[in-house]
Amino acid sequence: MRTYDVCIIGGGPSGLCAAQRCAEAGLNTLLLDRSPSLGGQLIKQTHKFFGSKEHYAKVRGIDIAKLLQEKLTSFENITILTETTVVGIYEDFVVSTLHHNQYKKIQAKAILCAVGASEKFLAFENNDLPQIIGAGALQTLVNQTHVVPGETMVMIGSGNIGLIVSYQMMQAGMKVNAIIEANDCIGGYKVHASKLRRLGVPIHTKSTIKKAIGTDKLEAVEIIQLDEHYQEIPNTSRIIPTDVLCISVGLSPLHQLTSMLNAKSAYIQELGGWVPLLDDTYQCSVPGLFACGDMVGIEEASSAMMEGHLAALHVCAYLNQSHPQAAELIPYYENQLYELRNGVHGAKTLKGILKRKEAMNAQ
Amino acid sequence: MDKSKVILCRCEDISLDELSQKMEEGYTTFEDLKRILRVGMGPCQANTCAHLIQKELAQFLNKDMSEVSVHKVRPLTLGVTLNQLANGDQNED
Repeated sequence: MRTYDVCIIGGGPSGLCAAQRCAEAGLNTLLLDRSPSLGGQLIKQTHKFFGSKEHYAKVRGIDIAKLLQEKLTSFENITILTETTVVGIYEDFVVSTLHHNQYKKIQAKAILCAVGASEKFLAFENNDLPQIIGAGALQTLVNQTHVVPGETMVMIGSGNIGLIVSYQMMQAGMKVNAIIEANDCIGGYKVHASKLRRLGVPIHTKSTIKKAIGTDKLEAVEIIQLDEHYQEIPNTSRIIPTDVLCISVGLSPLHQLTSMLNAKSAYIQELGGWVPLLDDTYQCSVPGLFACGDMVGIEEASSAMMEGHLAALHVCAYLNQSHPQAAELIPYYENQLYELRNGVHGAKTLKGILKRKEAMNAQ
Repeated sequence: MDKSKVILCRCEDISLDELSQKMEEGYTTFEDLKRILRVGMGPCQANTCAHLIQKELAQFLNKDMSEVSVHKVRPLTLGVTLNQLANGDQNED
């Protein structure tokens, strides 16, 4: 069984940044990812990022994935295994993996989980009809494999993902018949929503899906208006014909791997669901087990990258092989994260992080 | 709403109707429901249904989502063939 200093699980924005820092500190680093190519969700993001230059503003997600990978090419102390899914983690830090149906084990002194999140699904009538798809899956289908699943679409959810994916589907030639939002205001940034409104896409707030209609596949959706208590208002339903229904109602952190080692976790609504509890060094309640990125709280790729850098710097310290620039880099990335979360949209995340910290201290 | 047409667990094809019946019968933890309905025991290992079922349980028990726990996670997260497990260390480099 091969052994490593650190095993990083997940090669998305967080894991890639973490791998770079671990390698720079001289750790014998293993990076595992279940996909054929590294980059996580970045590789399906054809849109340009916002923010400052440090956060790759004006660079497309797919290009950020390449830039992050290029930073790893010069290191001989990184082993990268793609199409390798972690199927188990054990108390002695043995990690079992599956690669092309071949089962293998490795062992590491520290494990850093950066496995991201999965899409939330919705419960409504006929929600198992073909052509009902999550926003991430739709991006994979259209942006990565270049298959457009229909001519028309209805989007549930007006967060940034819902808005950006709606726009991308229009770029791919689909007509977006409506965007449905249960809250009384649009969830995502105004700049994304305005772009869609200018193109004539109706965004219905205070509305939800009542049922999907169709026999062998989706043909239409019935939507209904909601009152301020999110209760359906009778006689306000209407039918919108559509080929595709896309669901973008948020993400759930993937807590499964850390929970497998009985790391303490809590359901924190502000962070998206079940998350492992962390100390100030991104370490779980199990010594040597670290976690960062969307799996410890749903945010954006930019914050996932900052957390990846930070968590890795703490992993190096845990393994008594501190990164040569740790003293400058730790406050730098902490400040970057502070800046990122310092807006209106960051308030919820900060509340969630505080809850996560309190829960960790209480246990 | 026709609860039998609302699918909560896609892998095992379990509807809201089946879940509601079992909750009425007194199975009101995720672990109970998992054992009696097989929810969360399919290929996705509760990745999709955990959140939906947690929500239904919270509503039924009149509790906050944070007070309702979900399933215990154990290895393995994907199907591994017995042949591969039996090969054991022969697979190692």
